[in-house]
Amino acid sequence: MRPGGEVVDLRSYEQAGGYQGLRKALSGMQPERVIEEVKAANLRGRGGAGFPTGLKWSFVPKDAPHPRYVVCNADEMEPGTFKDRLLMERDPHQLIEGVTLAGYAAGCDVGYIFVRGEYHLSGERLREAIAEAHQAGYLGKNILRSDFSFEMHVHMSAGRYMCGEETGMLNALEGKRANPRSKPPFPGVSGLWGKPTVINNVETLCNVPHIVSHGAEWFRSLSRTKDGGTKLYGASGKVKRPGLWELPMGTTVRELLEEHAGGMREGLQFRGLLPGGASTDFLTEQHLDVPMDFTEVQKAGSRLGTGTMIVLDDQTCPVGMVGNLIHFFAQESCGWCTPCWSGLGWAERILKAMEEGHGRPGDLEKLAFQARFWTPGQTFCALAPGAAEPLQSALQYFRDDFERHINEQRCPWRTNG
Amino acid sequence: MLTSEERAEIETESTHYPTREAVCIDALKIVQQHRGWISDEALGDIGELLGMSSADLDAVATFYNLIFRKPVGRHVIYVCDSVSCWILGCERHFQRLAERLGTKPGETTPDGRFTVLPIVCLGACDHAPALMIDRDLHLDVEPANLDRILEGYR
Repeated sequence: MRPGGEVVDLRSYEQAGGYQGLRKALSGMQPERVIEEVKAANLRGRGGAGFPTGLKWSFVPKDAPHPRYVVCNADEMEPGTFKDRLLMERDPHQLIEGVTLAGYAAGCDVGYIFVRGEYHLSGERLREAIAEAHQAGYLGKNILRSDFSFEMHVHMSAGRYMCGEETGMLNALEGKRANPRSKPPFPGVSGLWGKPTVINNVETLCNVPHIVSHGAEWFRSLSRTKDGGTKLYGASGKVKRPGLWELPMGTTVRELLEEHAGGMREGLQFRGLLPGGASTDFLTEQHLDVPMDFTEVQKAGSRLGTGTMIVLDDQTCPVGMVGNLIHFFAQESCGWCTPCWSGLGWAERILKAMEEGHGRPGDLEKLAFQARFWTPGQTFCALAPGAAEPLQSALQYFRDDFERHINEQRCPWRTNG
Repeated sequence: MLTSEERAEIETESTHYPTREAVCIDALKIVQQHRGWISDEALGDIGELLGMSSADLDAVATFYNLIFRKPVGRHVIYVCDSVSCWILGCERHFQRLAERLGTKPGETTPDGRFTVLPIVCLGACDHAPALMIDRDLHLDVEPANLDRILEGYR
């Protein structure tokens, strides 16, 4: 990606080695071989869930019916996350090649790039790049004179976080409300219009051309840990240099926060951060040396999620921050299952009252009680379980701050003196 | 009645999908692009074109944040109120807009120029506070430069 934001056009992409992965795959690698390579690379999903990508592709039965679909999840709406937008705006061909390779590997016929409605520039650039790729013979019938044909379309969404949930996305593509579906059946067996469908995040798919070009061993060697490859890491909040950096998977929290983001702004102290977007648990001072990979962050009690960190400083109210997060989740709830639509709304009202100085004894117990129902199996999808993470970890690490709001009947951060 | 231009745009998008129902979200956005919002009449016309009832189509239209079922101003100001922009002080923008335009979130200026809405994370968190006006993303917005930004939208 170019720092100035200019798009990498087809010619420049090819000069940098672009579409060599597709060429290699189509001129002598069986689809199963591509799946094995991606499995061996230890590529895990970069959309938040971290599911092994090669394994997901292998869930499409070999004798599954056609048409089969690839859906690229470009519905980046997780608060604090800003990586996929840059990948699409600045290097659209990388994503197109990745989607096409996924299609080849899983025997698919059509790819949809499902872009959130607000990402207008991404949609435009992807459409232009798809037209360029078609012209150059990288899409369409008999790509690069092989037996593989693949069509690709951009679908611009109309704004709702639930579209980022993979089965919600399938419903949205079918022209419906983005309520989730029960799994099983899993999309690899029955997805879009009941047909086998592979769904992957933008950043995940952008890694695929490089894995195919250079091999699984090379991809694993880029990482510091078992999870392969590099990761786009980010930081936002009151740090000196908010930004996005591609670094080895397993770079530590401390390196990201202090070296790359420059530490806290003058006069501010670090209190904690959400390591991978809104729906991850807080990490605090004691976790600064945790490597940011899927396994290590989980051991520390949180999730790597999207790998874009949201940093809390000591002059920002933790109760207000959690209130803002719960407001987001409550608003975006699709309304399908009771613990989510009812419980998140209740929690939002409690937190708002607390922030405005009307907290009551028993509020923290009520919040903890509600959050106990926000678990997979009690809820239909992972939206409410995601909301539970910042709330429960804030109650763990910042309980005193919540209690002060109740005892003092005010927000100590907003009402100084 | 849908215009022939609206119909043509919808038909073009519909070639991307195997079912008529699937293009309904694109259809709503196309008609809204032309008219600013989706009236009951427009909803019925789109439904007729696609073979969907108004009830089913309204269920879809009311689910999505970017589809408007009441009139909006010539320009829509979407102020991000998610966590990173909140930490960086997005509330000041709502205050400034209330002062400058007399609008609270959800309201339209009396002259029909602007509607102010909150919006969820715009994916520009390293340049917070961010806001979007129509299709334009604005980064590192401060109340001081907000006035200048608004001047670009007549």
